[in-house]
Amino acid sequence: MSDVILEMRNITKTFPGVKALDNVTFSVTQGEIHALVGENGAGKSTLMKVLSGVYPYGSYSGEIYFQGKECRFQDIHHSEELGLVIIHQELALIPYLSIAENMFLGNERAKNGVINWNEAISKTNELLNKVGLHESPNTLITNMGVGKQQLVEIAKALAKEVRLLILDEPTASLNDNDSEKLLELLLQFKANGISSILISHKLSEVNKVADSITILRDGATIETLDCHKDKITEDRIIRGMVGRDIKHRFPPRESRIGETIFEVRDWNVYHPLHEDRKVSTNVNINVRRGEVVGIAGLMGAGRTELAMSIFGRSYGTRITGAAYRQGKEVDISSIDKAISNGIAYATEDRKAYGLVLIQEIKNNITLANLEAVSNAGSVINEPREMAATMEYRDKLNIKCSTIRQLALNLSGGNQQKVVLSKWLFANPDILILDEPTRGIDVGAKYEIYTIINRLASEGKGIIVISSELPEILGVCDRIYVMRDGKIVGEMPASEASQEIVMTLIMTEQEVYNDNLK
Amino acid sequence: MTTLNNAKSNSSVMSTLSGIFRSNIREYGMLIALIVVMLFFEVRTGGILFKPVNITNLVLQNSYIVTMALGMLLVIVSGWIDLSVGSVVAVVGAVAAVLMVNLDVNWVLACIICIIFGAAIGAFQGYWVAYLKIPAFIVTLGGMLIFRGLTLVLLQGESIGPFPVGFQKISSGFIPDFVGNIFYLPGLHLTTILLGLLLSILLIVLDVRSRKNQQKYGFEVTPFYFFVIKNIVITVVVMGFTLLMASYKGFPNVLILLFILITSYSFITSQMVIGRRIYAMGGNEKATRLSGVNTPRLLFYTFMNMGILAATAGLIVAARLNSATPNAGDGMELDVIAACFIGGASASGGIGTIIGAVVGAFLIGVMNNGMSIMGVGIDWQKIIKGIVLLIAVLFDIYNKNRNA
Repeated sequence: MSDVILEMRNITKTFPGVKALDNVTFSVTQGEIHALVGENGAGKSTLMKVLSGVYPYGSYSGEIYFQGKECRFQDIHHSEELGLVIIHQELALIPYLSIAENMFLGNERAKNGVINWNEAISKTNELLNKVGLHESPNTLITNMGVGKQQLVEIAKALAKEVRLLILDEPTASLNDNDSEKLLELLLQFKANGISSILISHKLSEVNKVADSITILRDGATIETLDCHKDKITEDRIIRGMVGRDIKHRFPPRESRIGETIFEVRDWNVYHPLHEDRKVSTNVNINVRRGEVVGIAGLMGAGRTELAMSIFGRSYGTRITGAAYRQGKEVDISSIDKAISNGIAYATEDRKAYGLVLIQEIKNNITLANLEAVSNAGSVINEPREMAATMEYRDKLNIKCSTIRQLALNLSGGNQQKVVLSKWLFANPDILILDEPTRGIDVGAKYEIYTIINRLASEGKGIIVISSELPEILGVCDRIYVMRDGKIVGEMPASEASQEIVMTLIMTEQEVYNDNLK
Repeated sequence: MTTLNNAKSNSSVMSTLSGIFRSNIREYGMLIALIVVMLFFEVRTGGILFKPVNITNLVLQNSYIVTMALGMLLVIVSGWIDLSVGSVVAVVGAVAAVLMVNLDVNWVLACIICIIFGAAIGAFQGYWVAYLKIPAFIVTLGGMLIFRGLTLVLLQGESIGPFPVGFQKISSGFIPDFVGNIFYLPGLHLTTILLGLLLSILLIVLDVRSRKNQQKYGFEVTPFYFFVIKNIVITVVVMGFTLLMASYKGFPNVLILLFILITSYSFITSQMVIGRRIYAMGGNEKATRLSGVNTPRLLFYTFMNMGILAATAGLIVAARLNSATPNAGDGMELDVIAACFIGGASASGGIGTIIGAVVGAFLIGVMNNGMSIMGVGIDWQKIIKGIVLLIAVLFDIYNKNRNA
């Protein structure tokens, strides 16, 4: 057994009314990648906040030993001084500052308050090299993709002479290429003796890089698996996470597909700021009654842009093309027109675009269709509204104390169900679901899939945009593949495999990479 | 055994009460603060504060702040601010004076023109904010200068007055005593008492109905004893206030106007689709737009509404001063904005209530009034008001953090 670098003993943390962590014990050995997995709300983030000092000593019970010494962190600077650096899911970079400025924010290379920019920039270059990012230190963060930003965050951690790196869902918003790169970086750090804690919902990644896996469930440690001793399968991990076997990750379904319910033809969209950049080119897609259609592609392939441009031109300029509902051309030139023509779009970013977080669940559900719970004089009938939203709470199994609870206080999966409820309440024929299961746990994903199946069986047409290929293959009847704003492939799910779809998605990307070399 | 049971039920009563209190701490906290401040000044002014004539004065002095706070609350809930309202008060007063005094226009017609003028000002600023996407802080800062300047142009640096008597009555008149003409009771305004009684009954009927409605749908309601106590307290407060007013000259005209405005805006914000949408827009503009709400148009209307209410306040101020002066409404925007924030509105939008803003406005009004009676100088009055604003907002943040 190698040395233990971190040991957390009997950590218990309670919030008013809930025990978030119950006697959790967790240890990391020197130079390993230790994955921490569990459903949303299992206590992973809370545990890491205790560890990094976000919850100061005294607000929890239990002991933390780091490099053999007991630590009583008062705040996050305290833990960073010892080389314990956490990278949060939501990146903490300042968009309108350059890489170099971000790199040493709060840790400036300065003498008497005057910054030595030469030193800062050369040091930044050094750090960027270490993480394999070839960008000028003067590049503004806002001009870089999420993948590169993630690398800057890691370089920033290195600037602090990190001993233990904690990554909270680092690949949640990265495409497969960037994820791969990031994981390799972790392996490289491991070779240099830096330990990492990796929190992730993507079990394939966990399996690829982790040396050991600790599973949390309901605030308690369930088990720690040693990846070198036995072969750990994803199903094995899932079993630990949910406390039961999920035989099938996707609910079975029989599709009964009817006539074409919605179609767009020759759809062209330009970028709203760079008006000569085309983000959708001659797109033709359709969806039939009772059908689930998937749109696969990398991030930046133009899937969200396409969906939003269809949904009342909420994205893009100079949009041309025609939309047909049940064979008749419809006007979907504004969002309310799109909604009244039976189209709904559930966004990929539920916090920024999907929910009014500071409002009640009830108000969120009825927002897109307040007419349905109000009288002719636009007066809301609150009892009717309560009854209607309670029905959705039960139907979609939204876990909340009351429907007057704020959306803010719900877990990701339940927030997603509120977004879905909102659109179901608007009673659409065509539902566009953009990354419907992003950042939510396995159990809630299964529930979302079940809902999708039920909606399809009710005769709605459903378009699912997803970056997770197994999901696309698991829930869809038919798949479109998108690349650079174009539809580059279409096939029934029964004839598709991850390899086939991936090849279509990546083809040009590969060529592009070859040219670079 | 019985004592044990008693203790148990007692503690459960206490816990429900404290639960009700905690979930509404903002509203109750505000009311309690208002009552404490009123009692404080009642004692310190040697009983002058609650004198009927002073209570009447309080209403008259604060009517325009309350009027504008209604519109400002909607603007703040939308996530913006309007700094121009003080200047709008002045320019509307100036227009009213030019029309009524210089041009001899009928005062009712002149009022209508002034309200339309206010709507146009609001629409102008709303267009810049909602469609040209210029931050409201900048647009209304510009408006503040433009309309103050316009006032000076219209008045040519002088005060214009006096106004027609009918117009003055808006601010200085009292409702006629129909009932008192039939049954005469010395020293009491009977119509006022009758209106107070009707209001008390109406409030109780509405509350009973809403409770029944909630029960019909099987929702949890507050315990019955709490319901009874609440209604008794409200009735006592309403009737006490009514009696005070009745023993002077009765309800002022402007109070009736305020009552109509406050109840309408309360209703719009809490019960109507447009109100719900304004709150949603302030909470998350993008999500609201993607839910099919035309948010630029909604924001435009919010500013237009502010213009209308600022114009109304401008007329009240002009009628009260009985002249249009170049520096009317100077600094008023600050009192109006402070009223909203003291009343619990959030500077980042999406949170705030009409009742909160009204209570906030009266809290400021009572402090102004009480301190003036006590002879506190204008300098210290400002310092104390500033501190109260900070404490009220601190209280909010503290509560929010504790609940999170």
